[in-house]
This record gives sequence, C-alpha cells and structure tokens, in this order.
Amino acid sequence: MTLTPGGTTHRRTLRWQTARVVAVRDETPHARTFRLALPEPRPHLPGQYYVLRLTAEDGYTASRDYSVASAPDGTGEIELTVERLDDGEVSEFLHEVVEPGDELEVRGPIGGFFAWDGRSPALLVGGGSGVVPLMAMLRHARRLGRPDLVRLVVSVRSPEGLYYADELPGPETVVVHTRQAPPDAGRTAGRLAVADVAPLVRGGETAFVCGSTGFADAATAVLVEAGVPVENIRVERFGPSG
Amino acid sequence: MAGTTRGFVGRRRERDPRLPPGQYDARDEWPVLHVEATPDIPTERWTFTVEGLVENTVTWTWDEIRALPRSRYAGDIHCVTTWSKLGMTFDGVSVDTLLAAARPSAAATHVMALSHTGYTTNLPLADVTGGKAWVVWDADGQPLTPIHGGPARLLVPHLYFWKSAKWVSGLRLMDHDEQGFWERNGYHDRGDPWDEQRYQGD
Repeated sequence: MTLTPGGTTHRRTLRWQTARVVAVRDETPHARTFRLALPEPRPHLPGQYYVLRLTAEDGYTASRDYSVASAPDGTGEIELTVERLDDGEVSEFLHEVVEPGDELEVRGPIGGFFAWDGRSPALLVGGGSGVVPLMAMLRHARRLGRPDLVRLVVSVRSPEGLYYADELPGPETVVVHTRQAPPDAGRTAGRLAVADVAPLVRGGETAFVCGSTGFADAATAVLVEAGVPVENIRVERFGPSG
Repeated sequence: MAGTTRGFVGRRRERDPRLPPGQYDARDEWPVLHVEATPDIPTERWTFTVEGLVENTVTWTWDEIRALPRSRYAGDIHCVTTWSKLGMTFDGVSVDTLLAAARPSAAATHVMALSHTGYTTNLPLADVTGGKAWVVWDADGQPLTPIHGGPARLLVPHLYFWKSAKWVSGLRLMDHDEQGFWERNGYHDRGDPWDEQRYQGD
C-alpha cells in the first residue's frame, strides 16, 4: 500500500482573512450554503477546505473545517455548505445568525491529498453531507467541459436529503437512496452496493470517498470489491465536530 | 487578531483547563480522520523497526515488542481538527525503550515516523524521548481497533494527534528535519497544541 502526498511542499503561511457573506441559501432542511467574498482570493483545488473561525467579544474562539463546494471560478468567492449538527456550536450559529453582509474569518485553502487535479479520471463517492467536496469536483469538471472525467455516486437517506438537488443530477451522477427512494429511482432503497458502483469503474481512476466514518469504510469496501485498487482510494472522514 | 464575529457568544464558557486553545471536549466520541482505506494488518505481519542513524537497526515482531517492559500514558489527546479527549489511558512500550536498543548516533536530531500504509510524520528527536512518546496497542484497556491505528500506533500526546501515526511500522532517525505527509500538505512541522501550531506559519 502506498500513500503518495498530493500537495507540494508547503512553507508558506496560511493567513486569516475576513470574508464577507454575499449570499446564503438552503440546500436541505439541515444544510445551508454560504457564499463568501475573499479579500485575498487564492485559487483552490476541488476537494480542499477552509477553516472558519468565530470570535466572541471576550476573545473566545471556535473554529471548524468546511469543504469548499464551489469550483475554482476566478470570482474571488467561495461557497461553503454547512450541515447543521445537533448541539453544534459553530454550525448552529452559522445557521441561526449569519446573514448576507456579515463578516467571517477564514483561512485556506487547505489539503492536498483529497484534491482532484482536474485532469485525470475520478470516481466520487459521497454519503450525505460528504457530497460537498465532491460537488466542487463535479462543478469543476462541468466548467471545464470535461464532465466525462468524473463519475459521482451520492448516497442519501431520502430525496429530501440530497444537496444541490437542482444541479447535481446528470448523466455522470447516480443518487442512491438508503431508506426511501422516489418511485422513478430505478432502484429500491438500500445501502450502497457493489452493483451501484461496478458499472462506473473504468480502471486507472482515483476514487474519492467522503462521508461519516461508517460510510467511508463501507464505501471503501464496496469500491475494492468493484475492482478499485485500495491504493487508488482517497478518503475524507467527517468527524462529529459541530 | 481581527474583529469579533457579530452575535457570537460561544457556548462552553467554563473551559476545562486541560483543553488547549481552540479545542473542545469530544467526550464519548473518538473521531476518525485518516485519509487512506483502513488497513487490516494481522499481528503476525506487524513489525516495528528503528532504522537510520542508529548503531543497530532493530526490528521487533508483535510478540517481541509486547515482551518489552510495559509503559502507560494516562492523560489527554488533542486533534488538530479541534477535538480533544481527556483522561484516556494507553498501554504499550516507551519509545525510550526502543531507542535504547537501537542506540541513536550522536548526529541524530529528528525522526520520521513510518506507517504500514505509507503514512509519514516528522518529529524532533527530543519530542519522542524522555518519556514523551510510546508505541501503544491498548486504549482505555481495550485493544486498539483498526480505525484507531490497531494493532499498534505511535502515541505522542503532547503534540497534535496526526503526529501519533496509526499502524506505525517504525522510526527512521535523521540528522535533519524532513516533512511528512500532512506537513507537506500544509500542516505545522511541530504541532504543539498549546501554541496552536496547526498549519505552516502558525
């Protein structure tokens, strides 16, 4: 097994910058996207993330990592999609309080391993909110006019849980419903299985898996069974970090 | 520091003094954040090697390392993604015991921790000597599960937890610093949670 670093050697400082919220929109009843204008934009690779920091009057801070959902598009703006977690100190604040015009401290982009180069074939497998960094990859591929480079499978409990529902569906994407499938889904509800993934495996691609620890390990096992070499699988696991 | 966030008060006003700045108490959760597939490494195939700038390159098998004098860490761990777990116990062997067998050369200043998955992370030698680092196989009295680095992981609890390489396979002693996996990907070379050394430049 090998673990090849994806990024180049870093010696630079990642500075905090104060971003302005330019738009807020709901993706699902529990997920909201924040579009941020950056005073010092830096191009990101799809799959990278930013750290977001909240600071109280007395200096108390709380920070969390959020994947970028938008493609690098030269606008100087990024979109972060935040799932509202029960008792989530940061996510609850973002959902309840933050509105366009607010300022938020962020730094990034961070992460070079779970990042797609925009050139080589990629198989993207996401569970629930794990679709966020994969959406950046899908959007990037579509912007480049190379949607053929990516294939995306997203697993959701029910149709209401699908992020980016107006934009995500397409010939290069598959939605798997685990609890409740719509009548036209062409598949009964059930966990991600080899039959869902095997038709999408071309050989030679990098697989990007993102979701909870349980989903990530189950999806990795499915990919291996479908013929993806384990060393070609890159995983981002979402911890419960509010 | 830049300005405050409008409307943000924060929730946990009573800070446990064991929590470094910017960390929260994960309590019963133990988040899992490695980026490779979780490997299944049978103990019959597991080995641990001290190599590089040493008088003797030494390799221990699973049975051999477990026959060494045991050492326990009781205390806290801190992940760069902002969770901490307080009051844990880990059982294994002190890195001091392993280095004493290999006898580092006087020129050695840093180590690269190596993993059976290819993961690497760099540390100053001084951060893994003097009772500060272990190779551990039990956590809170139970065998380490594969998702937490079992059968055995490095434990360097005074630094952020990415330094505590899962599925550890050895230490390479070096006469210079060299970046490991996360360090090349933007994370800090040392990673002291009390100084919030999360990313390069912190």
